[in-house]
Amino acid sequence: MRNSNLKGWLYLLPAILFLGFFMVYPLVDVLVYSFEEGYNFASQTSFGVGLYNYSYVLHDGYFLQAVKNTFILVVITVPLSTGIALLISLGLNAVRPLRNLYQTIFFLPYVTNTLAVGLVFMILFKKTAYSEGMINLLIHWFGGESVDFIDGPYWAKMFVMCFYTIWVVMPFKILILTSALASVNQDYYRAARVDATPKWRIFTQITLPMISPMVFYLVITGFIGAFKAYSDEVALFGTDLNAAGMNTIVGYVYDMLYGDSGGYPSYASAAALILFVIVLTITCINLLVSKKHVHY
Amino acid sequence: MAKQVDYEKIGRSARARGAAGKTVIYALLTVWAVMVLFPFYWMVLTSVKSYSAYNSEYIPRFFTLSPTLQNYADAFTAVPLARYFLNTLVFTLVTTAVMLLVVVLAAFAFARLDFRGKNIAFTLFLSLMMIPSELVVITNFVTITNLGLRNTFTGLILPSVTSVFYIYLLKENFEQIPGELYRAAKVDGTSDFKYLVKVMLPISQPTIVTITILKIIECWNSYVWPRLITDDAAYFLVSNGIQEIRENGFGRENIPAMMAAVVVISVPLIVLFLIFHKKIMAGVSRGGTKG
Amino acid sequence: MRVVLEHLTKIFPNRNKKARGDVIAVNDFTFEIPDGQLVGLLGPSGCGKSTTLNLICGLEKPSSGKIFFGDDDVTDLPPENRGVGFVFQNYALYPHLTVLGNILFPLQNLKGSARLPKEEMLRRAEEAAHLVQIDNLLERKPGEMSGGQQQRVAIARALVKMPRVLLLDEPLSNLDARLRLQTREEIRRIQQETKITTIFVTHDQEEAMSISDMIVVMKDGVVQQIGRPQDVYDRPVNLFVAKFLGTPPINVFEGRVKDGRLFVGQDEILPAPGVADRPVYVGIRPEGFVLRDDGPLCCGLTRVEVMGRDTSVVSTHPAAVSVSIRSIISAENRVNTDSAAVRFAVKPGKTFIFDRDTEERVHFSAE
Repeated sequence: MRNSNLKGWLYLLPAILFLGFFMVYPLVDVLVYSFEEGYNFASQTSFGVGLYNYSYVLHDGYFLQAVKNTFILVVITVPLSTGIALLISLGLNAVRPLRNLYQTIFFLPYVTNTLAVGLVFMILFKKTAYSEGMINLLIHWFGGESVDFIDGPYWAKMFVMCFYTIWVVMPFKILILTSALASVNQDYYRAARVDATPKWRIFTQITLPMISPMVFYLVITGFIGAFKAYSDEVALFGTDLNAAGMNTIVGYVYDMLYGDSGGYPSYASAAALILFVIVLTITCINLLVSKKHVHY
Repeated sequence: MAKQVDYEKIGRSARARGAAGKTVIYALLTVWAVMVLFPFYWMVLTSVKSYSAYNSEYIPRFFTLSPTLQNYADAFTAVPLARYFLNTLVFTLVTTAVMLLVVVLAAFAFARLDFRGKNIAFTLFLSLMMIPSELVVITNFVTITNLGLRNTFTGLILPSVTSVFYIYLLKENFEQIPGELYRAAKVDGTSDFKYLVKVMLPISQPTIVTITILKIIECWNSYVWPRLITDDAAYFLVSNGIQEIRENGFGRENIPAMMAAVVVISVPLIVLFLIFHKKIMAGVSRGGTKG
Repeated sequence: MRVVLEHLTKIFPNRNKKARGDVIAVNDFTFEIPDGQLVGLLGPSGCGKSTTLNLICGLEKPSSGKIFFGDDDVTDLPPENRGVGFVFQNYALYPHLTVLGNILFPLQNLKGSARLPKEEMLRRAEEAAHLVQIDNLLERKPGEMSGGQQQRVAIARALVKMPRVLLLDEPLSNLDARLRLQTREEIRRIQQETKITTIFVTHDQEEAMSISDMIVVMKDGVVQQIGRPQDVYDRPVNLFVAKFLGTPPINVFEGRVKDGRLFVGQDEILPAPGVADRPVYVGIRPEGFVLRDDGPLCCGLTRVEVMGRDTSVVSTHPAAVSVSIRSIISAENRVNTDSAAVRFAVKPGKTFIFDRDTEERVHFSAE
């Protein structure tokens, strides 16, 4: 008995070491950092314990701008991407020939480097002195005025940001939703057909309830993922997001860390914890809502 | 119940509605397919346009009359793209290998071995999945810096190995292998380790392949961590390498060469995807639904 | 509602690249079901019975042939316009709706002038629930009920819209043995009360025989025999039908007709006047054996099983097709268990002759 105890823990040891050192310890550490005031990185000393870091962060204009950007991103991309993914999944489910081809194409963005593709998007959307850019060409075709989406007005930048984010998250959502739709027992649909159920009623009374657990899963993880947005922004606008006014909360955290003078881990920790609290709250709200609406 | 109903007409109109609906669906699907593929097309197209041709296009063209590979040559010579490539390769392979070792051992422990505190340990592990990586990065950054591991492979690799998610996935897979096999092997005097290697690994091969591929994708596309701890270009990975090119390198002037670099770093994963797409999609789907 | 099938055929294109040829699931099925009857489609799995059901319902389209409900040609009608009720093998109850919600579901689909006021819908639903005796379960969800209860809900849901035809796909196969007996009586009772033309599919011959007005025996897409259960049992048209019906199954021997006499192995068991000389299969029902010390059929005794009401004698015969022969005789007979052999006479009404090549029954009268 004792031997097997030892053996079990021995097998777990590598995992425990890695996780403990690189996950648990940092968690505690960050908590501590965020409450230490006036932490000086070079000398590793601090003045005292208090909420100064939080206060600083919450009053920082850059942080507030980042919060605003992140919230807009979340509110726009999560419902839109889930809705469009649902539409596409329903479409995929309804046609049989070419389905695999479409699914494979739709999944392509998942395996690509977001920075790499982001660059392409930047080129397509940017208007420079030399060139209009691909998207502006399309706008002209429809009779509009060209806009610089990368260096132009705020709404344009937000637009391309949301568009790119949706583009990036769609593969995962489409995949999950198509497998959810495929796992619905076909007999339900046959029974509904025999009972002369109109198509929209089949959708709202049968399809939606059956896949509602998956839909809520996507909404919850969608929210969490959107709040953590960062690399997509960098891909489009470059590393100095503050200059573009498009920073996100996570970007702010990294700025505070790496930015000017070897980092203010205190401010970064405080900001990171604020983010964590926001995400936790929203997730709890989501879970409460889903308990009411998710069927069986 | 039915009076003078024209059955033929009902049958025909149902079929016609079906055909119209299908057309709309295909149109919708094709629209999105174009939106997915177009950036890639543009990527490749731009990479073969010559520098002068590209810059002279005020209105961008959809094609090029004189494709050239010059940009690729430029990409490799102007910046150490090959170096970034190599770094990323090393990083990916080593991280994935270490991760496999850690994950396989841990999953086996949770799935088959009996030891005190097992359930508590597992619950703790699961709860770790909730910790956002953004929090953790901060301290790891400080730790690695203090250990003097900035701009080293060790510093890049170590924190990237951990992943509770893969342990969870593999454990579930291990548990589906009947316990009787284990007990029979024990009766025959097989050691645990031998059983793990000779029996469980071969049977779980599909899941292990999936985990490996997913980790490879994750490592290849990793950006934040390398960005944070490397400022020496000799240690850049492809993602922060690209970023570097874009901001400080020729990225600002020489877009076609930029695109050539982008194509080069995207190709490995795309090839991997084309070969293994079924496995990858099945793995992500299973992992997603388990979450 | 009278249901008429004319030369109904369904061919599935073969998706298996290695095999050649298409799968003919239903082959030239012609049959008229009188109004208000309970018909059982019986056969082994893969014989085409479920496909036939789907064709009648409209979930599948026939490759050729016609289907009529009464005088209406419904062949091209989609299922939603046919007015059929369908009970699926695993019930297909919507798990997120209550029992009442499930039963109301078809009624809520009625459009336009056929749409009912809420009270009427409720009344009909309660009527249907009462018919299948689940009145007290209306507020439960399907996940909270047993298999038998779920099935009754499925039947209620199918009946609530007063269909012209009621179809049931293997209604009893998901129930445990205890419940099967009870439920098949339920189905019979409900059918008698509502007088709706009902067609059900099963692979269990006992089930089909016990409650059907008519049974249709199918094999590999081809109808073997149609008739009343007792008729099909007493006068099987071929060896397959004879073997499929009856528990314990019929005993088959290799035999011969020579000079107007029927031989099993060396034993001449019956006169067979007017039958041409040929090799044959001989089928003898278990209840067709009569214990007789001077009986013509001489078998090797294996063992005697006491069943209380009857006695089952297990024996062997060199000409028997299977390893052992099972005969059922009245318990009043005493079998000499010391003897190695046991002798029987056979009842002519329980003995069938089948041509060795075509396996069709050859008529003869032994009287």
